Amino acid sequence: MTPLQLTHFTATSCLGRGVSATRAALEQARCGLTPCRFETVELATYIGEVAGVDAVRLPAPLERFDCRNNRLAHLGLMQDDFDSAVRAAVERFGPRRVGVYLGTSTSGILTTEIAYRHRDPVSGALPEGFDYAGTHNSFSVVDYVGRLFDLAGPAVAVCTACSSSAKVFAAAQRMIATNQIDAAIVGGVDSLCLTTLYGFHSLQLTSAEPCRPFDAARDGLSIGEAAAFALLERAPAEADPEAILLLGAGESSDAYHMSSPHPEGAGARSAMRNALADAGLATGDVDYINLHGTGTPSNDSAESRAVVALFGSTTPCSSTKGATGHALGAAGALEAIICAIALERGLMPGGLHLRQRDPQLQLNYLTHNQRGALRHVLSNSFGFGGANCALLFGRAA
Amino acid sequence: MSTLSACIQSYGLLGPGLADWSAARAVLSGELPHAAARTVLPPPAVLPPAERRRAGRVIKLALAIGAEAIAAAAGTAAADARLLPTVFSSSGGDGDNCHEICATLASRERLISPTRFHNSVHNAAAGYWSIAYGCTEGSTSLCAGDASFGAGLLEALSQLACGARAVLLLAYDADYPQPLYAKRPIPDAFGVALLLVAPDTAAQLPRLELALSNAPAASMVHPGLESLRASIPAARSLPLLERLARRRAGTVVLDYLDTARLAVEVHS
Repeated sequence: MTPLQLTHFTATSCLGRGVSATRAALEQARCGLTPCRFETVELATYIGEVAGVDAVRLPAPLERFDCRNNRLAHLGLMQDDFDSAVRAAVERFGPRRVGVYLGTSTSGILTTEIAYRHRDPVSGALPEGFDYAGTHNSFSVVDYVGRLFDLAGPAVAVCTACSSSAKVFAAAQRMIATNQIDAAIVGGVDSLCLTTLYGFHSLQLTSAEPCRPFDAARDGLSIGEAAAFALLERAPAEADPEAILLLGAGESSDAYHMSSPHPEGAGARSAMRNALADAGLATGDVDYINLHGTGTPSNDSAESRAVVALFGSTTPCSSTKGATGHALGAAGALEAIICAIALERGLMPGGLHLRQRDPQLQLNYLTHNQRGALRHVLSNSFGFGGANCALLFGRAA
Repeated sequence: MSTLSACIQSYGLLGPGLADWSAARAVLSGELPHAAARTVLPPPAVLPPAERRRAGRVIKLALAIGAEAIAAAAGTAAADARLLPTVFSSSGGDGDNCHEICATLASRERLISPTRFHNSVHNAAAGYWSIAYGCTEGSTSLCAGDASFGAGLLEALSQLACGARAVLLLAYDADYPQPLYAKRPIPDAFGVALLLVAPDTAAQLPRLELALSNAPAASMVHPGLESLRASIPAARSLPLLERLARRRAGTVVLDYLDTARLAVEVHS
């Protein structure tokens, strides 16, 4: 692919609001996970909750979009002057030429879950004020963002579970490459809800402790939430050497199982291989891999096999989910921004909470922050249904 | 702006009173009247028995229209489902499953079934498709609310423009049970699959060219079909399908977002 530039980016997660808070947390190896006290949930697990989401107010004309997911989206858009960058892009290109490509897995379903507790005792009807399109539907966050910035270009939610907001980079890139648009707001927004907390618990995939990716005794994930965005545009011929570029994207399907990865990581491997081919890079060009690394026994084992089969055991890798939790539909975008921070600062964040290495996992897993000049980094995202996506980011020079 | 284009290799369709593409083509071309009838969703023969039993309406719908398009392309280079990238696009996913989960979460026990949970993802149909056909190519699952058909068409054509030789687009929606039905009254299940191939591969096939437009969207003359178009997001494809069924060249404008329509130029 022709490289695109991430001209602006921002991330809000349990590590904090915006890039500098996220960077500081990564540099300090700080964990954002806390014991779950979310809503009425009674589960022994840790979560990555964004502070202050309930206090966010949407602009009055867009009140019908009010739900936790859109509040989190709004909070995220207001960090790092991202909203000003979007407005400037709209000014430059026109509202028809700026697309919105966002990933989410559960959208505003928390609102529906709560509405189901308040059904009419006789008719079973949902409360009067329940707004399906504004809150529940997966498109709600995309529609909200489009209306906030008065956009009139292509807009879509990508919903491939935990790879949703990685795939948006690939989809938006195709629309820019074919000259349908000049810029795209890409990103992911996913927020805590009962469906995912109780759902992953039902699959016995949540840990009672902060998740421990790649640990020998890892026993599940910690669910998080995040809003992460990038403004994707064509890179100028003479890009600023500091510029962060999207160099390649690779997609694949496991064709194996709805909720377990292919044990040898075949789909993961082909997604990474496709991303390298798309970028015209070899495995030796990749300086760091931000792993999907959920902390479930099966994911980390399959991903390790895939990485080792393709890259061998020397490329530095880590999962940042021990710090952020698994932001599900927002994880791909959150980790894309973490990769951008890594490239900017020459920082390879060490994975948190690893007590004992798993001898079965042969990859070069970092447990402490490492510094080094980074030119190319790879980010992995794998979702239920075997929907895989790997993204390659780099510096212009 | 460069134009996105594709040729249509084959079709799959299922909707109220429209049992498959050949039945739909006869209705859309005016050869047969449209008889209103509930959509009949066949059990997905490609799934193993356990999954077949548990498959919800939306999964049955998506697998049925996809299977029809693949079968109709038999003998062509695009017919090998293992090698086909897929674009699944749906406004709401599996409404019955969603209702069951929300009802369970509103109860005291809150014990969701693991199967219900993994079937709750929007890409469940795509996951089952890839497993059933052994397809390891890339697959995406989209939602753009009422604009989901247009969003899927744009995505599929952009994949072709970026080098894919063929892409299977599946756009489908099924009705919610109450109480969600009252808030999102999709009356019945409707789905359309288009097996799209790169325009340089097949000069004898109908070809589409796609562009964003401000023109008003076309409607259907037949009141029954117009009611489907207006009430089921995937059925917003009907004016295009009507033109294709009648083999009539020209431009048709499809509903897309509030802020944009899609102008589709058909070269038959």
